[in-house]
Amino acid sequence: MENKLSRNLFMIPYALWIILFVVSPILLVVYFSFFDIEGNFSFINYKNFFTPVYMQMTFSSFWYAFLITVLSLLVAYPTAYLVTRTKHKHLWLLLIIVPSWINLLLKAYAFIGIFGTYGAANSFLEFIGIGSRQLLFTDFSFVFVAVYIFIPFMILPIFNALDNLNPSFVYAAKDLGASKWVTFRRIILPLTMDGIKAGCQVVFIPALSLFMLTRLIAGNQVITLGTAIEQHFLVTQDWGMGSTIAVFLIFIMFIIIGLTGFRKRGA
Amino acid sequence: MTTSAIIQFNNVTKNYDNNPPILDEVSFKIERGKFYTLLGPSGCGKTTILRLIAGFTEATSGEIYFNGKKINHIPANKRQVNTVFQDYALFPHLNVYENVAFGLRIKKMKKQAIDAKVKEALSFVNLHGYEEREIKNMSGGQRQRVAIARAIVNEPEVILLDEPLSALDLKLRYQMQYELRELQRRLGITFIFVTHDQEEALAMSDEIFVINKGKIQQSGTPNDIYDEPINRFVADFIGESNIVKGTMIADNLVEFGGKRFACVDRGMDPNEPVEVVIRPEDMEITTEENGMLNVTVDSQLFRGVHYEIGGRDQEGNEWLVQSTKKSVVGEKIGLRFDPESIHVMRFNETEEDFDRRLDSYSEEEANGK
Repeated sequence: MENKLSRNLFMIPYALWIILFVVSPILLVVYFSFFDIEGNFSFINYKNFFTPVYMQMTFSSFWYAFLITVLSLLVAYPTAYLVTRTKHKHLWLLLIIVPSWINLLLKAYAFIGIFGTYGAANSFLEFIGIGSRQLLFTDFSFVFVAVYIFIPFMILPIFNALDNLNPSFVYAAKDLGASKWVTFRRIILPLTMDGIKAGCQVVFIPALSLFMLTRLIAGNQVITLGTAIEQHFLVTQDWGMGSTIAVFLIFIMFIIIGLTGFRKRGA
Repeated sequence: MTTSAIIQFNNVTKNYDNNPPILDEVSFKIERGKFYTLLGPSGCGKTTILRLIAGFTEATSGEIYFNGKKINHIPANKRQVNTVFQDYALFPHLNVYENVAFGLRIKKMKKQAIDAKVKEALSFVNLHGYEEREIKNMSGGQRQRVAIARAIVNEPEVILLDEPLSALDLKLRYQMQYELRELQRRLGITFIFVTHDQEEALAMSDEIFVINKGKIQQSGTPNDIYDEPINRFVADFIGESNIVKGTMIADNLVEFGGKRFACVDRGMDPNEPVEVVIRPEDMEITTEENGMLNVTVDSQLFRGVHYEIGGRDQEGNEWLVQSTKKSVVGEKIGLRFDPESIHVMRFNETEEDFDRRLDSYSEEEANGK
């Protein structure tokens, strides 16, 4: 009895947090989504969402989030693999993680400097004879910076999965005649799939709603759902439409989590 | 090189960085179709030998031959050997069938051929009907069998077993000892079995290599090694033994515990200091007057099959005796033993010298009769 009581007592801060900062904002967002810009109850926002303008935005959000996720995965998997092979793997991991402690905004401004007309990137292009280009405010620079920012989040779960992989599975595969490539495809990749899924979730979902980078780096060349929400709340003051987009984003996130799954593997 | 030798090690040394070698100039031959056991305490280098044969690690120096071909630099996936791992290393994302079929699929075998072979291998290890089972739903003994099936299905010339029974409970371990031995006889494949359990080694092997500190101490049949251990380490590691200091007075006469005894060992220098081994089960308890050696009992344990009685002689040597007869702690008893039960060991004798000495007088005896 006493145990149960104290356990319930410990639950209070957690429950308060969830109610105040997770449940009630979601309910508020859903509530606001049923009001048009004049403050009248209506479904007009939902109708508007299915117009080509917003569909185009949804599509481009998905497309960029997909690009960012795939590119980070392509960089992160080999990196994580190499790091597990090094002697001081936790030190190397730490060095990779360190940039993620720096504020996102600071990193974005740093890239403005690097990609600017007189920045380091253009000086380099000049030096190797290609000549300076418009780098900032392109979708290339947007994807590049987003991938740079998300890589540590992709590496971490993949590193853990690779590090937990029993090395005798690799020996067993070799012993049974598998080449390096077959061992990777048939043993290492399937056994680290949970890490890949976790990494993709951690990257894809925030990438869907990126808004600051789209303005600072992509110069509004790329308009995603995240940008749209920001604009509706801060510029057009159409809270109803902003909320509706947010409702769809939340809905999409749940679908993605459901698809990639939090399936736990038995021992 | 004889045609029946399938694996040969010539002065193989393995060391990591500049540490003392794990294997030190090891040479041996493995013959086709026999059950070999590499026996030794943990860290003695027995698993390293297995990994060298499997190709998971490379020798620092020396040559390894397989069927007469040097295989030092051939990668593991190109070798005709398969391993049963200590933790079985069954792939958790594949079911029993796919685990066993893994090697065959890599060989790009036809579907029906794979099916037939997997079924055959599974029935060989009494797992018929378990094809669709997930690995996590199987017991330790069943996993063990899957691991064996996964190795034998590839029809390798040699199967390497790395302490495969150590994770099983006692009863299952005994049962698997019988099954493994039986399986090896039926298949006729060379088995190389690594263990630190001397009982397991004695029960299953055709040949045992006793290994300590990166060197092979002694090799031979279980009987040879048990009856004629070459040195204190082997005598102590294999079975229970009484080892006391003594002096070899002349051929067939040894002195220990303050008395002289007839024995069957020969070929030492006169008055050479030696060690004497008598197995506890080779001694018989009798009265003080009839005893060849008198000891005072200072401990007694009931072991079920027999009593284990510990005592000391006048010179302070400890003696362990196994007897079905009870004795009383503090009492003086006599011990009797045959000349054949006494085994004399020289200090620092190499295996070649030991074998040569044993051969020389067993031939003499054969000629004399």
